[in-house]
Amino acid sequence: MIQISNLHKSFKKNHVLKGIDLDIDKGGIYAILGPNGSGKTTMIKSILGMIVPSEGQLKVDGEDIAKKFAYRQKLNYLPQIADFPGNIKVSELIRMIIDLREQTADHEPLLDTFGLRLYLDQKLSTLSGGSAQKVNLVLTFMFDNPIYILDEPTTGLDPNALIRFKELLKRERDKGKTILITTHIMSFVEEVADEIIYLLEGRIGFKGSLDALLELHKAEDIEHAIAQMAKTMVDV
Amino acid sequence: MFKILKYSFYDLMRSKWSYFYFLFYLLLGFLLLFLNNDVSKGIITLLNIVVVLVPLIGTIFGIMYFYNAREFTTLLLAQPIKRSHIFLGQFLGVGGSLTLCLVLGLGIPFVLYGLLRSGAIWDFSLLLVVGACLTLIFTALAFNVALGNTNRIKGFGYAVLLWLFLAIVYDGLFLLSLLIFEEYPLDTYALIGSMANPIDLSRILILLKLDISVLLGYTGAVFKSFFGTSKGLIIALIILVLWIVIPVRLMVWQGNKKDF
Amino acid sequence: MSYKWAIGCILFGIAFVQAETIRVCSSCTYTSIKDAVLIAKPYDTVLVENGIYKEINIWIDKPLTLEGLDLPVIDGEDRGEIITIVSDDVQLSGFLIRNVGTSYTADYAAVRVIKSKNFTIENLQLEQLFFGIYLEKSDHGKVINNRIIGDAVEEFNSGNGIHLWYSNHVEVLNNRIEKVRDGIYLEFSDNILIRNNKSLNNVRYGLHFMFSNEDSYEENLFENNGAGVAVMFSKNIRMTDNTFRNNWGPTSYGLLLKEIYDAEIKNNRFIKNTIGINVEGSNRIRYQQNDFINNGWALKVTGGCYSNMFEENNFLSNSFDISYNGQLNDNKFDGNYWSNYTGYDLDKDGIGDVPYRPVKLFSYIVNRTPETIILLRSLFMDLINFSERVSPVFTPDNLIDARPQMQQI
Repeated sequence: MIQISNLHKSFKKNHVLKGIDLDIDKGGIYAILGPNGSGKTTMIKSILGMIVPSEGQLKVDGEDIAKKFAYRQKLNYLPQIADFPGNIKVSELIRMIIDLREQTADHEPLLDTFGLRLYLDQKLSTLSGGSAQKVNLVLTFMFDNPIYILDEPTTGLDPNALIRFKELLKRERDKGKTILITTHIMSFVEEVADEIIYLLEGRIGFKGSLDALLELHKAEDIEHAIAQMAKTMVDV
Repeated sequence: MFKILKYSFYDLMRSKWSYFYFLFYLLLGFLLLFLNNDVSKGIITLLNIVVVLVPLIGTIFGIMYFYNAREFTTLLLAQPIKRSHIFLGQFLGVGGSLTLCLVLGLGIPFVLYGLLRSGAIWDFSLLLVVGACLTLIFTALAFNVALGNTNRIKGFGYAVLLWLFLAIVYDGLFLLSLLIFEEYPLDTYALIGSMANPIDLSRILILLKLDISVLLGYTGAVFKSFFGTSKGLIIALIILVLWIVIPVRLMVWQGNKKDF
Repeated sequence: MSYKWAIGCILFGIAFVQAETIRVCSSCTYTSIKDAVLIAKPYDTVLVENGIYKEINIWIDKPLTLEGLDLPVIDGEDRGEIITIVSDDVQLSGFLIRNVGTSYTADYAAVRVIKSKNFTIENLQLEQLFFGIYLEKSDHGKVINNRIIGDAVEEFNSGNGIHLWYSNHVEVLNNRIEKVRDGIYLEFSDNILIRNNKSLNNVRYGLHFMFSNEDSYEENLFENNGAGVAVMFSKNIRMTDNTFRNNWGPTSYGLLLKEIYDAEIKNNRFIKNTIGINVEGSNRIRYQQNDFINNGWALKVTGGCYSNMFEENNFLSNSFDISYNGQLNDNKFDGNYWSNYTGYDLDKDGIGDVPYRPVKLFSYIVNRTPETIILLRSLFMDLINFSERVSPVFTPDNLIDARPQMQQI
């Protein structure tokens, strides 16, 4: 599905990614974890082609993505809500994205799932953070594509919406989709993640299942395991 | 690309600034004609406005739009759309709607005042063509500045400085250099110096229509062949088009290597 | 009483009987104009029918009417002068005269009048000529309704359309002159009236005065000449109701005044000339109610010019209104309309409350370094013009129109 080899990225003097090698070859939910500034978003955006790598190679479905754009047909991306246009109506945004992607979309059930019908004629800038995030989710999940990349998907969601979102995630996983999620909510990770990818200072610190992580660090829960890992890696 | 153009265009057509710009030109057109009651004199006054104000508005609109549409741009970047098409589409959306405001805003009053029956129609059309070119040139320049500066305040400042330089400072330095080297034959230098600044170039294009009598008052052979034949008009138009193409290419190139 | 009447009657009868009409055509008794003129008696009429007559040196030495019917052609085949008039009271009309010889030693003309009075030259068409109508020491004549179309390219090998030399009291009316050296040329010729002519596309001047006084020209059109009209070393010339248009080039003027005195320039229109009027060393001239429209410079004043008066003129959309080289020297600008005037009229008397300064700093700069013309109408130039207007440094600060009009006159 996604192969990353020797990925480097520097912003001027700031060397953010220092040689990432990652091979995601089967479906499932991958949680990308790491402290602030560890390069999570940079890595995701590299896969999306929004960031141009300084060095290294990225492949999606075996095809090198450098200077390509058509491969994004297979990718659904959920940006952080900070990166969301505010001056158009919800319904217009949905229609526009469908028009731009030229793919068939199934947004009607999702609107019901997240209770968004009342907000269709509102401008995005007038929505609350939670409602905006729900719109964001609809836009991402309305296309039936093999890969999902979600940047902080749980931000602002109320418990009810969160439950529905998790159901949605599991359903998609069961369909065999590959789902990449960055988040800081560990309970959420524990609940949904099949695999954990841990980034620290621009390198992959750990890749494996949750159980393997707990086993490795002999920790009771993931938070302790992560803290432990950060410590040992710095020691190394 | 056309879809993006369409959305940018709709977006701008909904913004109150476009209407402000349109109404400004409409008012200006009527005011000029009301005060002068003379189409050809109105055109001379209009020249100053087109050559100075249109670039300024193109610059400010371009930079504002680019920064305001950042989220929209980010959203588009994650879609299966070619990068160059995103920026070209946005550029054409801004440039197109500004041009439309200019042409309609000035065109309506002049048409109502009987431009179509007046001999000034060609001068006026040339003025509008030049205005459209300047809009596109300065929008493209503003996009370039914006792509190079993530900081909005800095980007805005640089863009306005760029306008100030091309609209005034350049001519001051240019004049100074002409006066310093007045002992030498200068007509080739003077022509090249004017071509190197899109504002000067546009001004000369219009002068070719309005002030041909004075331009032909010089003995320099280069001036004579440039201004005295249609060669001048054609060369100037070609270079004006180059002035659009080059910044646009630069914009696409910058856009392709930028990280979002 | 009755005796005297009878004598009168007889004399009149003789005169009537004697004035014969001689016809010339290919089947007439006379097939050559020259022969007919030779045989004709004073006051006869020679009537030439349509046809082509290849003749030169037709010598008219007696009072005669020589008239063409349906525009017969006299073709000189580039061999020399065609008609020469050396007698008073000659009327010439209705011919197409072409292919006058070109010579660098003799000024061949299509029609030449020498030391004669009371001539009329009318309805001629002259083509491929060297000089057209050449009046030499001939007075009291008329040159009316002729069309002169030359093919002049260079000054040195072309002649003038209508040339007056030491000829006084001549009227030049309704002629159309194109592509010669000077459309109409006057040298030492006084009391001439030039009215309603069109002088176009000439290599040098549309109309040229040298050392000629008391002349007037009115209602003429001068277009696209090397320069419209040149008035040099002449006195008391009246110039009214003429149009000077599209005279373009480095040394091109609508009107060139050089060393002239006491002229009146009134009600003329100067449109799209490189320089509307170029004035050099000319004194006591009144410029009144002229329109200067879209010229490069409406007025260019050089050399010592004294006591000139510019009033009630319209200066409309000229690149420069006035260029002044030197001192103001008692010249006055008063009550003109300047379209470049940006002042106001708070007391509503139709006169601007702030004086207008017609000389721009830019005009001064352009005089110094001509190439700077490329900066015409730039914002930077507007700014320095403005600052110069506020505090004049380079331009004469007493050169003002104290009563600029708010409305076009």
